[in-house]
Amino acid sequence: MNIIHFWRALWGIVGRELWRFVTQRERFISALVRPLVWLFVFAAGFRAALGLAIMPPYETYILYEVYITPGLCGMIQLFNGMQSSLSMVYDREMGSMRILLVCPLPRWFLLLSKLLAGTGVSVLQVYVFLGIAWFYDIQAPWQGYLWLLPALVLSGLMLGALGLLLSSFIKQLENFAGVMNFVIFPMFFMSTALYPLWKLKESSALLHNLAQYNPFSQAVELLRFALYAQFNQSAFIYVFVAFIAFMAVAVIGYNPSKGMMIKKAGV
Amino acid sequence: MSASVALSVEGLAFSYGGKKALDDVNFKIRSGECTLLLGPNGAGKSTLFSLITRLYDTRDGRIELCGFDVKQQTRKALANLGIVFQQTTLDMDLTVLQNLRYHAALHGMGGKFANQRIQEELERLRLYERRNEKVRQLNGGHKRRVEIARALLHKPSLLLLDEPTVGLDMPSRQAIVEYVHQLASSKQLAVLWASHLIDEVYPDDHVIVLHKGQVKANGTVDEVLKATHTGQIKDAFYSLTQGEHA
Repeated sequence: MNIIHFWRALWGIVGRELWRFVTQRERFISALVRPLVWLFVFAAGFRAALGLAIMPPYETYILYEVYITPGLCGMIQLFNGMQSSLSMVYDREMGSMRILLVCPLPRWFLLLSKLLAGTGVSVLQVYVFLGIAWFYDIQAPWQGYLWLLPALVLSGLMLGALGLLLSSFIKQLENFAGVMNFVIFPMFFMSTALYPLWKLKESSALLHNLAQYNPFSQAVELLRFALYAQFNQSAFIYVFVAFIAFMAVAVIGYNPSKGMMIKKAGV
Repeated sequence: MSASVALSVEGLAFSYGGKKALDDVNFKIRSGECTLLLGPNGAGKSTLFSLITRLYDTRDGRIELCGFDVKQQTRKALANLGIVFQQTTLDMDLTVLQNLRYHAALHGMGGKFANQRIQEELERLRLYERRNEKVRQLNGGHKRRVEIARALLHKPSLLLLDEPTVGLDMPSRQAIVEYVHQLASSKQLAVLWASHLIDEVYPDDHVIVLHKGQVKANGTVDEVLKATHTGQIKDAFYSLTQGEHA
């Protein structure tokens, strides 16, 4: 067992995922349509209703479309992370997950490779989305697009790890609808993706607290600052710690002697 | 442990909650030997396969693959294992070649060596010409052959087949049964084949009959027939499983 084996396996898993994504045109388009509808329709409609004060990382008054763009980047990654977990539940039911799990590599490495593959896909989606947003006059400084890359990788890993964790606990594909209702929507709406924290505080202190400690909010803030070539240290630490925690539980979930694999079998 | 023992199962037990799925299972499989694992539905065949492949944890008993404990030396043990699951586990939207390259990568095989092994295995199964076709375009028998080629790419010592001929027509079934038996003898490969179909047993095969989690028979076809005082493996099976269908 050597490092080359790990490297080849990693590229095998990442390459397969990227190839599948590129060749599945419908998946590519539908992944873009969702945030674009939010940007072109929802944000345009709410522009007048929501007044935004000047706040970091912005140095001037901004349009609502500009405000929600990092949130929509986060949304792409959130949905992608959940979709990856959906495909893992599907793969497990269909058996192809077994091929991965019986290969002679540590399980944590296989799961991490899967996660990196899913993150790679989401990063591609985000940059295509930002490219379209550029022509809609939502333009960040060029350095911001470079800074965004490591931030996208970390937030993608964190949201992917959450999906992985959920997939280790979901017994059947049918249960996935519950994930949509109980995880994706609350995470998205109780976050800073659509409205800043101080706006939430005006309406409810509880909502404000929930949004503040929501890992998705922290991921969005990390992306927001990175897009303007700034580093949000607290968001970085929060997202990093959340990633480690989600990943650790997911690895336990997929461990044959401790996790949910055995519980799913009904033991 | 003899060097020729590819799989050794000792005192294996497993329960789902309070229900015993496997109870003190013991057997050995040697290189060059084709072993048919026969048992009715619910006999414990799938549980046994899940334990050998480490999808489930071995709590009672011991499984060794080529001398490596599956629980303690998982990666070394799994490196010696090739497997064909009951359900197709190929990616339908990828080509035959892409599916095989993916498997080669998971086993750490480099590009040139992987291509060479893919060509060897596909040519042997007369599928090399179809390597650039999407798996979706292949019929059931050809998909199965691709899965067998994939399981053999990394030259395992033990090949596990979980009812690989289910749903195939008679000629495809016969071709696969014939091919796997040939492999066992020509490549000195150990084969463990879980099957529902008694006509897949060849006279020289090793047979294990599993019923309600217990090994009811373990030996050559002749030994099993002698022990059950029967003339055909079908009758031996019925007598051991009290008339249940495989």
